[in-house]
Amino acid sequence: MDDMRLTERTVETNDSKITARKVQVYYGDTHAIIDVDVDILDKAVTAFIGPSGCGKSTFLRCLNRMNDTISVARVEGEIKIDDEDIYDPKVDPVQLRAKVGMVFQKPNPFPKSIYDNVSYGPKIHGMTRSKAELDEIVEKSLRRAALWDEVKDRLNEPGTGLSGGQQQRLCIARAVATEPEVLLMDEPCSALDPIATAQVEELIDELRSNFSVVIVTHSMQQAARVSQRTAFFHLGYLVEYGETGKIFTNPEDPRTESYITGRIG
Amino acid sequence: MTDASLSNAPAAPRSSRSLHTVDERTRKRNASEKRFRAYGITAILIGLVFLAVLAVSIVRSGMPAFSRMVVDIEFTLTQAQFDEAESQLMKTSAYQEFFNAALQERMESAGVTVPFDAAAVERILGKTGGTIREFYRANPDRLGEPVRFELPAASRVDGYYKGRLSRDTMVDSRFLMTTDLDIVDAMHDAGILKRGFNWTFIQGTDSGVDNPGGAGIGASVIGSFFMMIVVLVLSLPIGVAASIYLEEFAPQNRFTDLIEVNISNLAAVPSIVFGILGLAVFIQFMHLPQSAPLVGGLVLTLMTLPTIIIATRASLKAVPPSIRDAALGVGASRMQAVFHHVLPLAMPGILTGTIIGLAQALGETAPLLLIGMVGYVAREYPDGLIAGFTEANSAMPAQIYTWAARADVAFYEKAWGGIIILLMFLLTMNILAIILRRRYERRW
Repeated sequence: MDDMRLTERTVETNDSKITARKVQVYYGDTHAIIDVDVDILDKAVTAFIGPSGCGKSTFLRCLNRMNDTISVARVEGEIKIDDEDIYDPKVDPVQLRAKVGMVFQKPNPFPKSIYDNVSYGPKIHGMTRSKAELDEIVEKSLRRAALWDEVKDRLNEPGTGLSGGQQQRLCIARAVATEPEVLLMDEPCSALDPIATAQVEELIDELRSNFSVVIVTHSMQQAARVSQRTAFFHLGYLVEYGETGKIFTNPEDPRTESYITGRIG
Repeated sequence: MTDASLSNAPAAPRSSRSLHTVDERTRKRNASEKRFRAYGITAILIGLVFLAVLAVSIVRSGMPAFSRMVVDIEFTLTQAQFDEAESQLMKTSAYQEFFNAALQERMESAGVTVPFDAAAVERILGKTGGTIREFYRANPDRLGEPVRFELPAASRVDGYYKGRLSRDTMVDSRFLMTTDLDIVDAMHDAGILKRGFNWTFIQGTDSGVDNPGGAGIGASVIGSFFMMIVVLVLSLPIGVAASIYLEEFAPQNRFTDLIEVNISNLAAVPSIVFGILGLAVFIQFMHLPQSAPLVGGLVLTLMTLPTIIIATRASLKAVPPSIRDAALGVGASRMQAVFHHVLPLAMPGILTGTIIGLAQALGETAPLLLIGMVGYVAREYPDGLIAGFTEANSAMPAQIYTWAARADVAFYEKAWGGIIILLMFLLTMNILAIILRRRYERRW
């Protein structure tokens, strides 16, 4: 697995960006996330792995309060970003989501032009004062998503006319356009072919120099390739969290070892 | 053991079936499917036959309303004659005399020998003196030069040519005598009397019961138009706003369920109930003007709202949730997500629903009758924009109803003609809805 790694294995001494303590999530009566404690580091990629239905996507959605849109969902516990509790009643979820961007599993560009897709976020958050500034932000975001060269001549064409991989990169560009501090990615490559997947993974590694990235993935190989820290979820519990190298070569918990060797999940 | 294998085993032999032979089950299934298809085609054909019968009978009965017999005559009135007529006491009869003289000349030059007198002319053409006088008073610059008049013939003469009246069954009356028919036939042969397009039907207003020929649907069309404006301006914003609230923002509790159930039920309420409501609330309680298109529009708004709300909700539900999630993920608020992303995508469905709702409202009669927008109210065009909303007027379906209910057979064809015009409007609106839907339909 060593030769497939794109990133360094060494321990990075970064600060914690997100701290979660005793987080519980209920869907109606179902206790979906139980007693999760985790520290997400800044400027690093953290992967959430685990079998289907273990709660990793649910926990991810807690980090930008997307679970608020589900009426039967209830979140308890403390989640702090930069030492501020995001579930405090004073916090506006809209402002939070400008700070914590999200990329979804299935690419979902708006049915508008490529330019409008990327510029929508900055526009509604009032980040620019002139069209020139907006153009700059669009170009910067598309470059960051490694999409600029492919679309710079057709910014006014609909975003839905791109290929799957390009669409997902457009969604990534859209997410980084608002200059978030954290980027949440929910299985971003599961709908993509291997080449597009490789492009997105390269992108994620570049992004970590500016953002804290949390990626939920079904593929252990992807987690091993791309992340510095990995959290293993199982049946709603956070079973183990640590450096990626250690998790995949020398896990502490027997459940982690069962999952990695393929006996469960 | 070896003997057992030689005998015929009780197990069924695996005979290999050729794909080219049809077995019993397949044959039966094919037959029943063919029968089912035949039922479907028969049903469609029956529907089409009824549609064809309806269309043919409407066109056949209504087309006569669009034509009428007119006397085509060139008439010159000199300034001197004008002054002379104006100076007399009985002005219109003076004009009548001038006209009769001109008509006599024209008939003789065409070789018509049938004798006629002023009374006959009045029976055939009505009071032409008044028509001529009004024309020259409005256009004094046309004095002294030949003017071409197309004077409509009397209703009974019209009926004679349209088959409503025949020589055998007619009874001499002060309206028409058998001798008049001879004159009329002669005029027709000479080309003086001919069929022309009935502009009065399109442009005119409703006339009294005694003048079917002069009845027109113009005023009712204007009345319907003003009503539709009220309906559009009120029901579209209210309906869309209510729908957006129910779909996106309303909490999931009993109260919201109650609202939704009631809205669905409103769509099924008979229209005459809305008419009574309109009468009680808008006219008697709020003292709005009776028979006004404003009141008619308000009543029809109440009727159209459920349709628009239901259509809007269906369109909003059809927008994939991934769009909403994407918008929320970028940091849009619920309102921004709805107005910037969901609503534009739902617009085609909303438009289609609105146009269909409007088309339904256009054809409603019962509530209008109760608030007084009946046919005979549409006697004149409204003066201005405000008057268009507040002055008593009628609407097309109510006008048709009034005509159909009148005793004179001549009104019958007017009712059919009105139906043709109403159907043309409805067809246009529905085609517009289909075109808009096709054009703006998106695939995502």
